[in-house]
Amino acid sequence: MGKRKFWNRVLMHVLLVPFLLFAIFPFFHMTLTSLKSDRELYDRKAVPLLIQQGPTLEHYSKLLWETAFITWTKNSLIVTFIATAVSLVVATIAAYALARLKFFAVGSFGTGIFVTYLVPTSLLFLPLAQVVNWLGLADSKWALVVTYPTFLVPFCTWLLMGYFRTVPKEVEECAMVDGATRIQALWRIVLPIAIPGLVCAALFAFTLSWNEFIYALTFTSSSDQITASVGVTSELIRGDIYFWGQLMAGAVLASVPIVILYVFFLDYYVSGLTAGAVK
Amino acid sequence: MAISTFPVTAHARLPWRARVREMLDRERILGPLFTSPAMILIVLLVAYPFCMALYFSLSNAFIGRPSHFVGLRNFINLWDSDAFQQTFQNAFVFTGFAIAFKIVLGISLALLLNQQLWFKRMIRGMVLLPWVIPTALSVLGWQWMFNSSYSVVNWTGIALGIMDPPGPNWLGQKYYAMTAVVAVNVWRGLPFFAITILAGLVSIPKELYEAAEADGAGPWARFWYVTLPLLKGVLAIVVLFSTIFTFSDFNIVYQLTHGGPINSTHLFATLSRQIGLESGRLGEGAAISLYLFPVLMFVVYAQLKYVRKQAY
Repeated sequence: MGKRKFWNRVLMHVLLVPFLLFAIFPFFHMTLTSLKSDRELYDRKAVPLLIQQGPTLEHYSKLLWETAFITWTKNSLIVTFIATAVSLVVATIAAYALARLKFFAVGSFGTGIFVTYLVPTSLLFLPLAQVVNWLGLADSKWALVVTYPTFLVPFCTWLLMGYFRTVPKEVEECAMVDGATRIQALWRIVLPIAIPGLVCAALFAFTLSWNEFIYALTFTSSSDQITASVGVTSELIRGDIYFWGQLMAGAVLASVPIVILYVFFLDYYVSGLTAGAVK
Repeated sequence: MAISTFPVTAHARLPWRARVREMLDRERILGPLFTSPAMILIVLLVAYPFCMALYFSLSNAFIGRPSHFVGLRNFINLWDSDAFQQTFQNAFVFTGFAIAFKIVLGISLALLLNQQLWFKRMIRGMVLLPWVIPTALSVLGWQWMFNSSYSVVNWTGIALGIMDPPGPNWLGQKYYAMTAVVAVNVWRGLPFFAITILAGLVSIPKELYEAAEADGAGPWARFWYVTLPLLKGVLAIVVLFSTIFTFSDFNIVYQLTHGGPINSTHLFATLSRQIGLESGRLGEGAAISLYLFPVLMFVVYAQLKYVRKQAY
């Protein structure tokens, strides 16, 4: 590497520093705050960027043993897993049909899926709350299991359609010439090839439902039904009093499942993010 | 074994299992069958609630009371209310500024990420993080960073000598509050812009740059005459996506400012929740959220023109 090239590369890294600081500073500060004692937290003379009076796990232990945080996390997990699984199945067969089969109104149905994908949740939460009431699911986490697929299915269908189109038609036709039915061909040939797409769709569905907020906030309110995001943001703020140490500890802990997935599947996130928009 | 009891004499006499098997192999049958679960879901939980929203907006629906048709009265009343006028203005200011910043910063960041880097994976991981972490939770972090007494932003500003103590009350003053919510929206949306634009950059053939360089184009000319024109398609799609999701944003404003101070940061989603649920005036709340609809229609129309061209 030439000297000029080397310094040019160093310069690029230096230019990236402000962007990276902007991106991760809030998480750094959240974690730092969650480890500070209340005394230091509310000391106006303390340096907010350092822990000077010793780190403490007191906020974490209070959060875990004195609030219903564990229940909220359990609710989040239940809702997320079921909604993701159901949406994935529904989206897979719909995407296969839209990408491969010729049938009545296939084009307009594809368009319908795409339009639904763009409908923001904040447009529909008011009437959906009524629908949830009629279904007898008011203030129940099952309301979320039922409503989350409304945004997961269109997203996953759209994503998977793109993946199915990349599987060559000939592979499938070969199998069918050899006597496999279409469903067998889908199950044995197409799906195994499309596994990266399925993983990607599952990851995004998991992330989207874990991160969902407005439906969870609107449809559930009892402490034993709410999800982690709602629990942390509503139950840890009592009246006008913010328990910042606990709030930050809750925000950190409730992000852990997503961060774990993220660390292992970073490349899928990158490809899914661009596929969802560009395909 | 089933075959022995039902002698195969004609197509109609096939055993039911074989008949189902054969039916499922027909595209005209399998297609609708495979799409019907998704279709039912969309009709029941998207299309139907949407019609309900339309009906609510034309009625004086109030939580827990029978409603009557009132025509366009909700929409007319809204136009007369200061809160709504302010919200309408906010929505455009918020979306306009947020998207402008996301485009400029997104392109810059993508250009940097497209260079030869040492810690490529780690850097990408850090860049994408704000997009992955639940917004509701990361916004809490921002709320603490903007806290009126313990703001780390102000502390840093004062320490660097660019702010006079005690520094601005970010969430309590009109223009500062808008700046804060825009900043958080940019923070959260930047990864999507940067990574998608990066994908667009990677797909630009290297030869074009070599040819431009051979013709004596400097870095700026190459960016202006090669990169930007070829990014147009990706940029259009990213901006359209972001338009609808920025316009309909709820989390950031709801948590950071709750629409305040004096409605100066309310967006359609937050105002519609406040009026529709917290005050119980469902009709008016639905009418407010329907103001998102024209934007949605515009985005859908523009996207279909672009996306269809690519996908079909």
